Amino acid sequence: MGQGSNRRATIVSLILIPICLIWIYPFLWMISASLKTNAEFFQGTGLIPTTLHWDNYVRAWQNAHIGDYFFNSVIVTVAAVAIATTTAAMIGYVLGRYSFPGKKLLMGLFVATVFIPQGYTVIPIFEIVNRLGLADTLWGVILAEAGGVNVLSILLFAGYFAQLPRELEEAAQMDGAGFLRVFWSIMLPLSKPVIASTVILRFITIWNSFLLPLVLTLSRPGLRTLAVGIYAFRGEYYVDWSGMAAAATISLLPVIIMFILLQRYFVEGISGAVKQ
Amino acid sequence: MEAKLRIARRASATTEQKKSSWVRQLWDRRWCYLFAAPSLILATMFTFYPIVSSWYFSLLQWSGFTADKTFVGLANYAELIQDKYFWDAFLRSFQFMIVAVPIQLILALLIAIVLNDQALKLSPLFRTMIFLPVVTTAAIVGMLMTLILSPFNGPINGVLRDLHLITQPIDFLGDPQTTLWTVIAVFIWKWLGQPMIYWLAALQTIPRELYEAAKVDGAGWWRQLWNITLPLIVPFAIVIILVTAVGALHVFPLIQTLTGGGPFFATEVMEVYIYRVAFGGETGMGTPRLGYASAAGVFFGVAVMILALFQAWGARSLRDFRSDLQSV
Repeated sequence: MGQGSNRRATIVSLILIPICLIWIYPFLWMISASLKTNAEFFQGTGLIPTTLHWDNYVRAWQNAHIGDYFFNSVIVTVAAVAIATTTAAMIGYVLGRYSFPGKKLLMGLFVATVFIPQGYTVIPIFEIVNRLGLADTLWGVILAEAGGVNVLSILLFAGYFAQLPRELEEAAQMDGAGFLRVFWSIMLPLSKPVIASTVILRFITIWNSFLLPLVLTLSRPGLRTLAVGIYAFRGEYYVDWSGMAAAATISLLPVIIMFILLQRYFVEGISGAVKQ
Repeated sequence: MEAKLRIARRASATTEQKKSSWVRQLWDRRWCYLFAAPSLILATMFTFYPIVSSWYFSLLQWSGFTADKTFVGLANYAELIQDKYFWDAFLRSFQFMIVAVPIQLILALLIAIVLNDQALKLSPLFRTMIFLPVVTTAAIVGMLMTLILSPFNGPINGVLRDLHLITQPIDFLGDPQTTLWTVIAVFIWKWLGQPMIYWLAALQTIPRELYEAAKVDGAGWWRQLWNITLPLIVPFAIVIILVTAVGALHVFPLIQTLTGGGPFFATEVMEVYIYRVAFGGETGMGTPRLGYASAAGVFFGVAVMILALFQAWGARSLRDFRSDLQSV
């Protein structure tokens, strides 16, 4: 790497900095708008508010129930990601390391679902959740989110477990460890990179999910997730612009902060998933 | 006689043995089935059952909230193929994909190639900034962008006016002429980070020595890109194109929150159409028609799967073609 490449890197950085600032401008604007009055909101494009109006946040938190929706979102995401990752690890383990009658059929069934559009399955999901009596708890949303087949995670786990050496479990079996013990104490701890990738990919999908929670909470406002809650807020309070900006900021800031703190793992987790 | 009996006895013994060994095999593999069961049960409830029951629902006249299901045969389908809104939404979904996916993939690849430069110290910062919209809930992006693109007080129109590029504010989301393009632009902004990360991962699998050898041979930047980078990421490209294309069909959150499918249905894609028909849409007005919406869902699902099969077939023949070339 000579001086030439360093100079090129500096020039590229100078070009990229303004582009990236424009890229995140909507977020900067949102934070700024959330601190303005509705009157100030309508004037000018300056990013710095004259005075800070925290009452927008109070209004968003109390009138729009953003706090409740946020907790619903957290519960749904954490539970669904946990269920989806655990089940994917289990089936990936047996698909990757064992042969058993029906394995090919199972694989084929799962792979065939990759291209199913959500619009296709949402009506029967709505019906089955109601029929199971899960409509009045968050469990309906959690299970529906976790129940979408995630072929990528299953293949990642299967591929990873398949390449671990046989000697590992043979040694453990000599020591008297059963199937469960081998999986839990030896294989699972070794698969941390895949667990991380799966958790991250699932987190992004489930946190972003909108159609399922919208349909499943149509008549139950108490179960709304953030995405659905903000959408409803917009319908009900469409004149309160800075209140909406505050609501959006409340819903985004925790995720953005978490993402910036963990961004290394985030990006590398996905990279790792692609490379395998 | 005795020999015959012996053979018969042996035969029955082996079938018995075979039968018990089959049961035994299942028993020996009981952990495999136990471990596969949770995924299978969840998938059956929320993926396989919905796929199959959609076919049945599509044959019903059914409003969903009451039990009045009437079997109407293929009547829903007959009505569907004459429904202008259905065809518009159906074609728009693919139009969206055909426009958004190539732009997204090429832009993401360009950025990934630039950010992959080892000398670029700020690369992680740029990566983070471009990835930020990906972790932001699509529905909130929709709401945020409605404010930003607003013709009344949105900052985009403000900036354009301050730069004297426009005299009249542009109604990005309210004008049927511009709306679909605006939605596509927002979609690309929101999701660009994902293919960028995929490309970055693909680029990092290329051994550095290849570039160094090429440099020694006097190959410039373009030649390296053309002869090393692009050929080596082709296997990744097929998967990345597939994943991005599937992603472009799931635009419901963004469109529902940006435009609700409007104005005048100008941005109504399939999922928005299905939602509107099935649940009475945004306003809750109109009669919910779950049977009719199911028929639309089945139609769309089958079309997407046919497209996917074509793509898989295309990828395979490309691979065969390349291996033929190599063997010549």
